[in-house]
Amino acid sequence: MSRFTDLFMGMLGAAPKKPAVVSEKVQKIMFLKYEDKDRYIKEKMHARDHHLVSHKWRNRRWAVLLAVNLLFVFSFWLDIQILEGALTASRFVGFHLIDLNSALQVMLAHKHIIVNLFIGTFTVFLIWVLLGGRTFCSWVCPYHLLAEWAEALHIKLVGKKLITDHEFHRGTRTVFWLLFALLAIVTGYTVFETLSPTGILSRALIYGPSLALGWVGLLLVFEIVYSRRAWCRYVCPIGLTYGAVGTLSPLRVSFHVEHCFHEGDCRKVCLVPHVLDVTVKGRASEESMSLGPDCTRCGLCVDVCPTGALRYEVKGLSQLL
Amino acid sequence: MNVPVEKSKKPAMSLEKAAKARRKFLQSVGLVGGVVGLSLLGYIPVLNASPHRLRPPGALNESDFLSSCIKCGQCVQVCPVQAIKLGDIDDGFGLGVPYIDPREQACDFSCDAVQCILACPTGSLTYKKPPSLNIREGALLAEAPILKAKENDPEPTLNLKERIGIARLAQPSACLAVQGKGFKGQARGAGFDGKMRYMDVDRWKPIPIAEHPYDLPLCDLCVRECPVKGAIELRQLKSADGSTRMMPVVLEPCVGCGVCEMVCPSEPAAIVIDAQATWKGELT
Repeated sequence: MSRFTDLFMGMLGAAPKKPAVVSEKVQKIMFLKYEDKDRYIKEKMHARDHHLVSHKWRNRRWAVLLAVNLLFVFSFWLDIQILEGALTASRFVGFHLIDLNSALQVMLAHKHIIVNLFIGTFTVFLIWVLLGGRTFCSWVCPYHLLAEWAEALHIKLVGKKLITDHEFHRGTRTVFWLLFALLAIVTGYTVFETLSPTGILSRALIYGPSLALGWVGLLLVFEIVYSRRAWCRYVCPIGLTYGAVGTLSPLRVSFHVEHCFHEGDCRKVCLVPHVLDVTVKGRASEESMSLGPDCTRCGLCVDVCPTGALRYEVKGLSQLL
Repeated sequence: MNVPVEKSKKPAMSLEKAAKARRKFLQSVGLVGGVVGLSLLGYIPVLNASPHRLRPPGALNESDFLSSCIKCGQCVQVCPVQAIKLGDIDDGFGLGVPYIDPREQACDFSCDAVQCILACPTGSLTYKKPPSLNIREGALLAEAPILKAKENDPEPTLNLKERIGIARLAQPSACLAVQGKGFKGQARGAGFDGKMRYMDVDRWKPIPIAEHPYDLPLCDLCVRECPVKGAIELRQLKSADGSTRMMPVVLEPCVGCGVCEMVCPSEPAAIVIDAQATWKGELT
């Protein structure tokens, strides 16, 4: 239970904690791992040499992200009517689907909930409980894709020492979540929606370009030249809303300490590296540990890990099989 | 020797660390202030909104409408004449919120069922307002509007309780009827994209107005094409000098759909919609 709380607090912005107790099994694994240093280094090099650099999960994810967004676009353009509306609210073959954060903003601002709104919100809640919460971010949100490309450029520029990265406190996002909720209640307007690049991009794809895309462009420039993935990491309340949903989800990425060389490649590619704190030497307390709710299940770490220490897992399913 | 060196280094390091943490904190505060400040700029267009946007049929009062709309555009997708557009960032909190620009494309109710209301997932557009939301004086229609197109159907009325605006003859001197002139040709010229349903052409397929030219001895386009029965009529008026002239007069059943503004051949339109206006009696 306390690890559950720690992970949730970690999502809100708390620094990851060192484990109080490390299980005997993990202690033994760690002892065996480092018993013979030469063997350890040899094994590590061996694993590196044989690691096929793959973008399997990234490619699958991009394909899904594009497919979902194009389904919205074509449902309107070609009038195939499968997924009508935009990411904030839609109908999938007639069933209401409503984005959790948009629904929250509307409910707080308007203070009146009608049945369709409730049904749509509940359906989407169930979907993302099953699919992993922040899976929405990396597998659906169109801004995530643009931000990934901006991130690649940012890393290149940092590598060339043309710019430096600026980190903010991760708790900032929690402050934003609370402030936008409060603003919705107090002003009676869905203030966050005015800035949300997710909504702006989704509508621009479906209904045509808008001036609001300029704001999205500014955000991307900010992320390229000043702070890596700033919007998703430190601002976007959608991520936190879905993260909270993901706490309940059986779909997650799990870490198996036995196979890990603690090199940290995974943390370098991760949007939310604090969830990979367990991969730091001495931080894992159990043989197999699932990453926290802030994990977007994007699979970049799964792709980059040379030893298969990080894998997708459906909790309960592996025991069943 | 090592020990004192380390000791003297340690506080220096932690001082640097503290300064870094402080900088990070201040930058984070700056980020919060900056983004929230920017988001509140959305207030400016909302407070300065005059004239108001014409909202789709069944829209709640403006502030309720802005707060309840989830900005999904499902209303846009179902409209057969594409009358509904979404607000851009210069609408502030109205970003992504639907509106109608009647001069470009009015709502002619060619869907018969007010499908935009049906499509709305949050009740921003609604057939029946919940009692907790206030109905403005003069917004409520005296009777359910009768659609001229459905006049002979068993159910000729439109499921609409409140008007979205009111037509007003803004420039009587520009009105062809007032001038006693007829009208021949395409109501808005050959290049105009606006569409409308013509019952004598096809009940279910609206066509461009440009494909439906007119030849009228006295221009009565606003009266002729008004989709609602008894919402506007041409009336004979006596001037001070004793001469008579015809003039369109807007009546209580007007729902503010904007078809009159769209078809008016004068440039700019002699008759316009006052968005979100309420009925205050006949203007003559």
